[in-house]
Amino acid sequence: MGEPLLEVRDLKKHFPVGSSLLGGVQGWVKAVDGISFTIDSGETLGLVGESGCGKTTTSKLILAAEEATSGAIEFEGRNLAELRGRELMDYRRKVQVVFQDPYSSLSPRMRVGDIIAEPIETHEQVSRHEVRSRVAQLLELVGLRPDMSRLFPHEFSGGQRQRLAIARALSTNARLIVLDEPVSALDVSIRAHIISLLEEIQARLAVSYLFIAHDLAAVAHVSQRTAVMYLGKLVEVADSLELCASPLHPYTKALFAASLPSHPDEAREEIVLSGEVPSALNPPRGCSFHPRCPFVMPRCSEQEPSLSEVSPGRRVACHLYN
Amino acid sequence: MPPLLRVDDLRAYYFGFRGTRVVKAIDGVSFSVEAGETFGLVGESGCGKTSTCHAIVRLLPPSARIVSGRIELEGEDLLGKSQTEMRQIRGRRIATILQDPMASLDPLFSIYDQVAEPAYYHRAFRGRRLRQRVKELLSAVRIPSPERRMKDLPHQMSGGMRQRIVGAIALAGGPQVIIADEPTTNLDVTIQLQYLNLLKDLQRASGVALIFVTHNLGIVAKMCDKVGVMYAGKIVEMQSVRGLFYNPRHPYTRALLDSIPKLGTKDPLYVIPGQPPDLSRLPAGCSFQPRCQSAMERCRVEEPSEQHLDDAATTRCWLPLHEATTRG
Repeated sequence: MGEPLLEVRDLKKHFPVGSSLLGGVQGWVKAVDGISFTIDSGETLGLVGESGCGKTTTSKLILAAEEATSGAIEFEGRNLAELRGRELMDYRRKVQVVFQDPYSSLSPRMRVGDIIAEPIETHEQVSRHEVRSRVAQLLELVGLRPDMSRLFPHEFSGGQRQRLAIARALSTNARLIVLDEPVSALDVSIRAHIISLLEEIQARLAVSYLFIAHDLAAVAHVSQRTAVMYLGKLVEVADSLELCASPLHPYTKALFAASLPSHPDEAREEIVLSGEVPSALNPPRGCSFHPRCPFVMPRCSEQEPSLSEVSPGRRVACHLYN
Repeated sequence: MPPLLRVDDLRAYYFGFRGTRVVKAIDGVSFSVEAGETFGLVGESGCGKTSTCHAIVRLLPPSARIVSGRIELEGEDLLGKSQTEMRQIRGRRIATILQDPMASLDPLFSIYDQVAEPAYYHRAFRGRRLRQRVKELLSAVRIPSPERRMKDLPHQMSGGMRQRIVGAIALAGGPQVIIADEPTTNLDVTIQLQYLNLLKDLQRASGVALIFVTHNLGIVAKMCDKVGVMYAGKIVEMQSVRGLFYNPRHPYTRALLDSIPKLGTKDPLYVIPGQPPDLSRLPAGCSFQPRCQSAMERCRVEEPSEQHLDDAATTRCWLPLHEATTRG
């Protein structure tokens, strides 16, 4: 196996709030608050959590679009914070992204061929002829016809646009693709198209994915391991199938209980969480989940549980298990 | 006794480019809902589910026209009503909950004003009784400390709370039917579950009929008693929710069920070939035929009529009939 492709260690991103010209900073939103995980080459890590839990900030940090407050992101053994100039360019070439909404992520003024060619022209010195043939190959790889490169994005359906976004992400031989809710905006039948395409591409090119979504069934289907995030922290990391079979953390249990049944008679453990996700500006003391947790103990409001291994490859941050 | 709400062979077309382009958004849709029942209308974008909802409350855009069919509320024909008469029905007897709560709430009016409006106009509540009614409605949709929160404006509420307020507005007129058009699409999973449970509880308490429009089969499994699957403006299959999941009759239903990931398995997903059709250029014969695995010669020529099957199920497919004859 060797070392992982991407290693995130104790990553934090705190945003200041209320800082004005005269007044000082009034508080910090701890959007990402000390998370650690790894992604191996050719592996998919799923990241689930509700809105505001820090999934998107995590993806921005990995894409080098935001600078971390503290902690480290290591890619192929090198620390992202130390990369400069050409090396940083090279990092950006190898780490690409596909966004949720293919209607706003593709420029309406560019031809599809130019959209896919742009990263190639930015990162590599290649002839126009070569660029054109690479674009044609990429279009075929994502199941579109090469002659479609002359068209504009508005001539494509949602699912086709998402294929274009995937082709663009693959255009520079990326090693890691951050998929930020890639199927949430698509119709049911088209979701299956995109999920199968992503799996097929991974099997062929051994690219790694960080698959961010809130649909547990889709995440568990695509990823080998799944990490569950709540208020800026990881609460559970486990093999996807194991996680589905026996979620340990009460929040993971609640997420599974809240995911919709696949048929009308499916028996579900009913855990309906009270309240809503608290503000990240003022997270609760101790375990940040304790005000909503059905299994809360006195200890939970005082001491914060650490993410520790309960069985090989399985980490949980909950006092119930340590 | 006639059913609470009955839609019979409804057709509504959009006319574009001075009538040269006709989009058959609703093309012969029939269903009925009884009090206390939940009817699910499932389908992908552009299949005509939202148009059907708008047609029931007679709020289709000017480019669309109801061409034929009947919509009856307790046996009363809604299509013959004037818009003035419809205003006495919308909000009072048929209420709607739309997808985006921020778009259905007015940002400039307090929660109190917006929840009070239907109760004021349709149920003639005034003064202290109106205030009491609003408080009850807000507690019914589980807004904490309603007395204090009703002075707030919509932007001061979270997404889940806003959608619950829209629910309170829908209930304020004391309707017999609530049409919910993808009400939980913008909500997080745990908030979605809270909301769906809330709707079920409210339905149990008030006996209101629910028409639930969604593309999410999981929501159907959880919420609905009866389901109609829409494709290209037609209900291609209609049956009880159990029947739909255990014995889907139409190939499109079967394909949809096989294309969603099941929790805890990695079985490859079924991929429905092709794209959803363009409603202004439908293929000959059955609309689903170009994407159908079991398409036969007949499907390409003749459009399947509605087949009534044994257990009160209906489907628009030549196949079940064909299977029945070859097996028998």
